[in-house]
Amino acid sequence: MKRERVTLRFSPDAYDKAITYHLVRDYGLVVNILRAEITPGQQGNLLLDLEGEPADITAALSYLSSEGIKVTPSERQIVIDKDSCVDCGACTAVCFSQALLIRAPEWDLAFDPDRCIACGLCLSACPVRAIHSKFSDPIEEAPPADEA
Amino acid sequence: MATKTIAEINEKIRRGEAVVLTADQAAAMAKEQGVKAVAQQVDVVTTGTFGPMCSSGAFLNFGHSDPPIKMSRVHLNDVPAYAGIAAVDAYLGATELSDGRPEYGGAHVLEELLRGKAVRLRATAYGTDCYPRSQIESDIRLADINEAFLFNPRNAYQNYGAAVNSSSRTLRTYMGTLLPKFGNVNYSTSGCLSPLLNDPYLRTIGIGTKLFLGGAQGYVAWNGTQHNPSRPRNEHGIPVGGAATLSLIGDLKAMSPDFFRAAYFDGYGASLFLGVGIPIPVLDEDLARCVAVTDHDIQTTLFDYGVAERNRPSLGTYSYGELKSGQILLNGKKIRTAPLSSQKKALVIAKQLKGWIEQGDFLLSEAVAPLPQQATLHALNSKDEVK
Ligand code: SF4
Ligand code: SF4
Repeated sequence: MKRERVTLRFSPDAYDKAITYHLVRDYGLVVNILRAEITPGQQGNLLLDLEGEPADITAALSYLSSEGIKVTPSERQIVIDKDSCVDCGACTAVCFSQALLIRAPEWDLAFDPDRCIACGLCLSACPVRAIHSKFSDPIEEAPPADEA
Repeated sequence: MATKTIAEINEKIRRGEAVVLTADQAAAMAKEQGVKAVAQQVDVVTTGTFGPMCSSGAFLNFGHSDPPIKMSRVHLNDVPAYAGIAAVDAYLGATELSDGRPEYGGAHVLEELLRGKAVRLRATAYGTDCYPRSQIESDIRLADINEAFLFNPRNAYQNYGAAVNSSSRTLRTYMGTLLPKFGNVNYSTSGCLSPLLNDPYLRTIGIGTKLFLGGAQGYVAWNGTQHNPSRPRNEHGIPVGGAATLSLIGDLKAMSPDFFRAAYFDGYGASLFLGVGIPIPVLDEDLARCVAVTDHDIQTTLFDYGVAERNRPSLGTYSYGELKSGQILLNGKKIRTAPLSSQKKALVIAKQLKGWIEQGDFLLSEAVAPLPQQATLHALNSKDEVK
């Protein structure tokens, strides 16, 4: 068993298809929806945890791509610009899921993408604006699915 | 009791023989070998802090144009600067906001200057016989203007209260984002590395004390505004909340963006992350005891920012040992804590200052005059209150 966190971006035409239904029925995956952001008629963004056999996950991901759905692995949801980050820790204050942590003795900001639920609260909490989110990026700018 | 003078320590620094430790190393040494050993063997202890310091800004002199102008309104990248001084002098405050650009303020202009970027200067004037010109626009760079020095009315707060929010809405403050219903606690000092917590009675820090400021050498110019050494102290002599402050001065041109970063606190405004480090000479056992201070010996008061009053309710005192552990207990409930000042950079500063002293590049200075040891803070009452 393997767990993978991905963001799916889809256009209105793919929206009708019961994506999660297919993932469960055809690939036997356990699907946990962490965040959904759907602008009717424009674009949908879903943050999912997929759990299942590695081969089934891979097959499911290529099914999604063939349906024109862009798949981005969770590592790319939140990007921290290490050059601007001053390791102050202000962002950790708002990160409920504790994806962002700053701890003794190094006091380096640590980011665990597997805990991130792409809530976006850390973006405005960072006083030097070192954090960027790709969750709501338009589909055109999303990285190609084959990188997933 | 072993005693040394600053002159003796400087002689050792010149010979490359001075023993210099960072404040965390000094605390560890005192724990293992005792305070006496620190007093006998250590000459200087270096400290550091890197936090948001709103009360900062720079005096700039732009040089004279032809025909000359006596600038009365000055903007730098659309951020207003104070020009009510001589013809081409101005003061740009860190928290001054741009007239149009969101999330951009005086601190951002200063950081751009420091990074060598061109900044648009716009000035207007009423024109006089000696300064006929009425407006000028130019792109300036740090290297091309005459002077640029930081003159910060209040830096390096000796301790600062921690913040929590009891209200039902998220508060966006200079203490960072405070989540509703006691969702988190934010604190902002470097604890045992903090400059004024390693010499709590300011025995060795006074007017003229040389220090690390923004990556360069700077000086204590005066006591800072709201300097309040009369704040109640704990058994280690540490004030339990904001107490002494320093007014600092230093050459912006010599500073480094590594220790000088513009900040923008959502819903509050601009501020400046600034690095400050002060060397403490270990003159005797009393000072050795001071520099041996640990995070567990330093307490601060937790204030409720959910109550928008001058005297915010205090919800108790906590040590930095507790605050830095990542969570504290309040009313039997665990609350996550987060720092706002970079502990990592604080240590980098203390180490860099240690390096300067070890290499003989930085001699200690004798204070020219002491800072006030007593003070009363005055409040501001509005007209209807005074009557
Ligand atoms: S987006 Fe939310 S969960 Fe992810 S790191 Fe930021 S605050 Fe944490
Ligand atoms: S708030 Fe910004 S600068 Fe501070 S630790 Fe987080 S990412 Fe880095």
